[in-house]
Amino acid sequence: MAAGAKIDPMHQFAINPIGSDQLAATPFQFTNSALWMLIVLAVIVLFMLGGTKRQLVPGRWQAAVEYLTGFLDNVTTQSIGPQGRKYLPWVFTAFTFILVANWIGAMPFGIIPAAHPFTVTSQFTVTGTMSIISFAIVLGVGFWKHGLKFFTLFTPHGTPKPLLPAIFLVEMISFLVRPFSLGLRPFIAMFAGHILLDVFGNFVVQGISTHTALGYGVSLLAFAFVMFVGALELLVGAIQAFVFALLTALYINDAVNLH
Amino acid sequence: MDLASAQVIGAGIAAIGVGAAGVGVGFVFGSFLQGALRNPAAAGGQTGTLYIGFAAAELLGLMAFAVAMIILYAR
Repeated sequence: MAAGAKIDPMHQFAINPIGSDQLAATPFQFTNSALWMLIVLAVIVLFMLGGTKRQLVPGRWQAAVEYLTGFLDNVTTQSIGPQGRKYLPWVFTAFTFILVANWIGAMPFGIIPAAHPFTVTSQFTVTGTMSIISFAIVLGVGFWKHGLKFFTLFTPHGTPKPLLPAIFLVEMISFLVRPFSLGLRPFIAMFAGHILLDVFGNFVVQGISTHTALGYGVSLLAFAFVMFVGALELLVGAIQAFVFALLTALYINDAVNLH
Repeated sequence: MDLASAQVIGAGIAAIGVGAAGVGVGFVFGSFLQGALRNPAAAGGQTGTLYIGFAAAELLGLMAFAVAMIILYAR
């Protein structure tokens, strides 16, 4: 850290209350995280409203909405089977929320002053809550449908009798780790990507401020890299949303069909 | 060695795991392509399995990254 200001990539994840005192006594404050969640919700609602006019000949917008719903319907029915339709609302909610939050967080709104973009899914509280909801659905459906027979999920068919306790324990642990890993995946992907963008964005600025040929060269390289990572962020955001929806559907399949 | 330098070195060592996960992800997609090019007709139905394998391999790299971040910013 000889020259240049110290890069602080964690600053962008800070949650600040809007319109009230930081140290106010009440824990219920309207934060920038809440604001961007509402923006994400507004975008999803506008997108869906624009495409659900039920025209006989769908326009482009309706075709886009139909593609999205058809795609997620496909994911759930292929993973769970014909009775998977019941769980489509949650899979759809999780997919669209994570996708839109990831993409809005990657948009360069920072060009407008005072409109600091905030990636909602870069907080483990958000993705962790969503994975807990998924897990609660799995447990609820499993115990509702199968009662105590749900525990046979932890004993695969054809397990030798002496191995049964060990296998039961291992399967139980792998089952209990699921909500953790499910929520961790979208969170870390966004977290890591935004740290990378922030660090290399700082390299661009610091390179220019040196006013040397080497500094300008470094700036150019870093700028190209930022563009590449920005494009990659869009891809990763989509993949993470898809993986969350797919794994949620698979876990629900476990609860519905018990292996 | 003071704590700050030890933290930076430790975070760097922990970041090796991310590269190992890169090997894993490459193996998943490479194997899928090998199979898909031999039997393209069956490839379409296996994309779900592909992404499950990808997610499992990627998660370990992300955990390595999380460990590196915890080491780097722990106080």
